[in-house]
Order: sequence, then C-alpha cells, then structure tokens
Amino acid sequence: MEKNENLIHYLLMLGDNSMILGHRLSELCGHGPNLETDIALTNISLDFFGQVRSYFQYAAQLKGEDFNEDKIAFLRNERQYYNATLLEQENNDFAYVIVRQFLFDAFHKELLEQLMNSKDTTIAAIATKSIKECRYHLRFSSEWLKRLGNGTEESHQKAQLALNDLYVYCHELFAESEVERKMKESGIGADLDAIKHNYLAIIHQLIAEAQLKIPETIQRVAKGKLGFHSEKLGYILTELQYMQRAYPDMQW
Amino acid sequence: MSPEINLEKAFQDRIDKGEKIEPKDWMPEKYRKTHIRQISQHAHSEVVGMLPEGNWITRAPSLKRKCALLAKVQDEAGHGLYLYSAAETLGISRDEMIEQLHSGKAKYSSIFNYPTLSWADMGAIGWLVDGAAIINQVMLTRTSFGPYARAMVRICKEESFHQRQGYEIMMVLASGTPEQKEMAQDALNRFWWPSMMMFGPRDEESTNSELSMKWKIKRKSNDELRQQFVDNSVPQAEYLGLTIPDPDLKWNEERGHYDFGDIDWNEFWQVVKGDGPCNKERMEARQNAWDNGKWVRDAAMAYAEKQSKSKSIAV
Amino acid sequence: MSDNNNQWPLWEIFIRSKNGLEHRHVGSLHAADAEMAIENARDVYTRRMEGVSLWVVESKDITASNPENMGELFEPAIDKVYRHPTFYDVPDEIKHM
Repeated sequence: MEKNENLIHYLLMLGDNSMILGHRLSELCGHGPNLETDIALTNISLDFFGQVRSYFQYAAQLKGEDFNEDKIAFLRNERQYYNATLLEQENNDFAYVIVRQFLFDAFHKELLEQLMNSKDTTIAAIATKSIKECRYHLRFSSEWLKRLGNGTEESHQKAQLALNDLYVYCHELFAESEVERKMKESGIGADLDAIKHNYLAIIHQLIAEAQLKIPETIQRVAKGKLGFHSEKLGYILTELQYMQRAYPDMQW
Repeated sequence: MSPEINLEKAFQDRIDKGEKIEPKDWMPEKYRKTHIRQISQHAHSEVVGMLPEGNWITRAPSLKRKCALLAKVQDEAGHGLYLYSAAETLGISRDEMIEQLHSGKAKYSSIFNYPTLSWADMGAIGWLVDGAAIINQVMLTRTSFGPYARAMVRICKEESFHQRQGYEIMMVLASGTPEQKEMAQDALNRFWWPSMMMFGPRDEESTNSELSMKWKIKRKSNDELRQQFVDNSVPQAEYLGLTIPDPDLKWNEERGHYDFGDIDWNEFWQVVKGDGPCNKERMEARQNAWDNGKWVRDAAMAYAEKQSKSKSIAV
Repeated sequence: MSDNNNQWPLWEIFIRSKNGLEHRHVGSLHAADAEMAIENARDVYTRRMEGVSLWVVESKDITASNPENMGELFEPAIDKVYRHPTFYDVPDEIKHM
C-alpha cells in the first residue's frame, strides 16, 4: 500500500509537470507570433497532454475504481499538485515561453532517458513513447533560444531577461524529495543527481551558443513539487478546474 | 478582336471545359483580384475563427475534450496557412493580407464575432458552424483556380473530424443532466441564426454571385447552400432532442425541402459592418498577437541572415 | 508600419509519404531558414502521419516553365505515337513482351 502511494505521488509529479506546461502552451493557441510558430507550440502542448493522460490513467488504475484520469487532473486542491514551479511561470512574452521550454526540455530528456529503464514497465513504456516527443521539443526550444540570443539586440535582451528570471527555478528540478528518493531506491524513479551533471553541461553549452549569460542567482530552491507553489498556480487551476467544479459529477 | 478579348475568350473556354487555372496562366485581372479577395477572406476567417474556440481550451471539462479542441483549433491555423499560401501564388504577400485584415479593409466570416459563453458552444460551433463551412468548402474543392481547389481538398480531409467532435459534444450534453441539456439548447438558440447567415445575402442581393458562377469559383448559390444546410441540420437536431429556434421551420412535401423563417438581415449587415458583439475584441486579439510577434519574427530573420553570411565566409 | 522586407521567405514543401514513393509537392509555408522550414513543415504538413521524409526548397529558387510556351514545349510530343507500346503489332500468342 505504501509503495503504491509513493508511486501514485510520483506519477502525479510527472503528470503535473506535463499538464501545467501543456496548459501554459495551450493559452498561446491563436496568439502566436505567426501561424507556423502557433502550430508548432500547439503541437508541443498536445504532446504534453498525451503524456498527462498516460500518467493519470495509470495513477487512476492504481487508485482504484472510483478514479479516472479527469478526477486526478481536475479535482485536487492547490497543495496537491506537484509540478515544478518553473512550469507554472507565465507567458510574459515569447522569450519566456522559449526559455521556460528549453530549461525544462533539457531536464525532461535526461529524466525520460532514465525512466525508459524504470522497473515499472508502464512508466518505462510511457517514457519510451515520450522521449521522441521530448527530443523534438528540445530541438525546437534550443534552436529558438539560439535565434533569440543571436538575433537582434532586442531579442537578445528579452531572452537574457527571461533567463535571469527563470534560471533560479532550475535548482528545484534536482532537489530530491522524499518520494523521489524512495522511487529511485526501488528502481522505479530517476536518479536526479546523475541527471544534474548532464543537464547543466547541456544547458550551459546552449546558453553560451545563444550568447547569453548564466545569471548569478541565489540558490533559492522552489518547492512546487512538494506542493508549495507560486501564486500563479491558483489562477491556472481556476481555469483548469472550472467546469469540473461548477458542474460536479457529470459526463462530458 | 483585340488580343485582350481573344485571351479572355480562350480563358473562358478553358473554364467552361472544366480546366483548372494555374497561377502563372493568363487570367483576367478581375479574376485575380476576386480570388485574392475571396481566398484571403477565407484565410482570415480560419485564423480569426481560432479565437472563439481558443477561448475554451484552458477550461475544457475533460482531458479528452481538451486534446480534441486543441487539435481542432490548431487545424484552423493550418487551414489559414494553406489558404494564405494559395493566395500568395497570385502575387500578394501574407503580410499584406494580414495588414488588410487589421486595417479593416479585408473581411472575415461574421460568425466569429459572436461570443462563446458556455462549453456547449464548442459543441454548437463544431456541429453548426463547421457544418455550414463544410457545405461551402466541399463545393469549393471543385473551384476553377487550382491552388484554391487543392487547399480545399486538404482542408476538407482534415475538417471531417471537426463537425463530428462538435456533434459528439452536443450528444453527450443532450443526453446528460437537465442542466447540460439546457446548456446545449441555449447554445443552439444562440448559434442557429448566425450559422444561417454564414451563407451570405440572399441570391438576389448577392453582388458577386453571377461572376462567381461564370468563373466556376462557386457552383451553387447562397440560397441553395443555405437550403442544404437546413435540410441536413433538422434531422440532426431531432436526433439530439433539441429544438431549432425557428417557428416557421417545417417540411414542405412539394419542394422536398424544409421551409424556414426569415433571417434578421439588419443584424447580418450590422455585424458585417463591424458592429457585432465581438468584432472589436477579435481584431484586438489578432493585432496584439501580430504586434507582439514582430520582434520574434525579426529575430529569426536576423539570425538566418547572420548564419548564411557566416556560411558563405566559411566556404 | 510593417516592414515587408523582413517577412520570412516562402518555402515549397515536398513529402515522401512512405518509403518506395517519390516526394510530392504538398504546399508551402514561411520560415526564416532551411532548418526552420523543415521543422515548420513537420508541424504543419505531417500532423496526421502524412510522411517519412521532407524536402524544403525556397520558392524563389524554383524555375518554372512559362504556360505561354505550353504549345512549343509539350505539343510536339502528341504525335510521337511510336514511343508507346500499343503502336506496335505483336501476335497474341507471343508472351512476355
């Protein structure tokens, strides 16, 4: 039982990351800088929601009969969402969208590569499917990071500004929680320490290629994945949960 | 005969024979202009049409519905893109067309100036608005201008899921709780007449119709298409157990069609002229996306130029 | 206000729908460079598993024949019936030919 609870919690962490970032990207649908880019961002959002459904269907199955993917996605309270704080940050401008995406994609790729070998065969299968999507996301976001960093004076400044604001949230990705430690020890979860080294190497290299500077940030560690979020998550949930809260227990 | 008249006659002969006209072929200036106007208007409609539905993506009631809606709205961006490309073969740039949209010179379908007020509107739009659009678009797959016809073939292929996802939303609501059913009926009430208006003015008042038929841009008149829409929709509404908000609607045995009531043409012209419930919001949203995207588009071009310069130096 | 010179150029997109088939023209789109054109083509034209391989060519690099020359270019082929197998009489009992 306790094992399942940790596993479910771990699935929520994975699923919430994809869901909250997918949500942010879905806000942009119809508002992109041009049609091609609009379509590309929506494709990424759709990939994330596909992952969400896989994780939450599995979690629902573990939780038992009363649960389904939607109940898990929509009917938790704010403190019961476990995404990393980076992912709930707003779409201030396209530079924030790209930098947030890039900082997560590079992590997500390392994470999924480990999870492909998870002892839990369902997680391994989800990771095997998702890694292809993720590699493309990273290609997309790092290409754009380079375009913005090396593009015009204005785009360079905007990219640097976004990086200054968002870089601080990277620390959280590696701050191993109790659940993550247990999952690692049981061979189901990823080893965040091992990821950290590769991750930092990759992002530092690409940030340098984009002619951007790593900001000197304080080592503050955000705690979104422990359920302590920024104020922004509440507004996301207000929209995300609206229908399920306003019209409980109905089929859609 | 002057050479110009000869060309024009040869052109019309080709059209009459059912041949397609391709971008580099000789064509009357009016044919080119009419196409630029119609195709760009069609493209604008796709792109502005993303907004009322996009409005509900973040509030979709289930993950399944969210994915379907997101994919559908994304398709509309794709369709806008195909259509802009078709118009670009006639020598106008996409940026110029977008500028015409923003300045109010170019129009888009008025249906998108109505607000989406409940989740059921996603159902009603898919069912009725896409249903009306498909009737028009299927006809346009046979239009005389090659690039337009090809874009329409691709669009119709992709569009087939749009109406079905809308109708499925309506089915679930109509067979759901009383609250859900009421939501569905309310959406039908609000979207029925605007959908009827999508086919444009009555034939006798439609200024472009005659030429459009002669050049085989259109193959059916506005009123014919509207009748087809009514005939399709009535049994679909009956199946849902919902009532179409038209007291004059009834089967006419003699004509073999449904008779229907009068459209409020005052409302029609008011919305066309820019005074609909959401005209302002829609244009602001498009304009903002475009303005806020400028530095992004510029950055990509600047980067591309730097890259190609450094490549040519390396060679 | 808008700076049309800065518009992303137009690219023509060709897709191989599966191995064994040729690439076919499917449409066009805008992209700042070739790399982006490939990515945009992937996102715009292969959302429904339409392809396994992409070619992108900047539209301005395509040279097209002029429709006014259609007669001189293509009509001379019409009477060259001897290029087609049906031009030649071979008895039915001769097989594999």
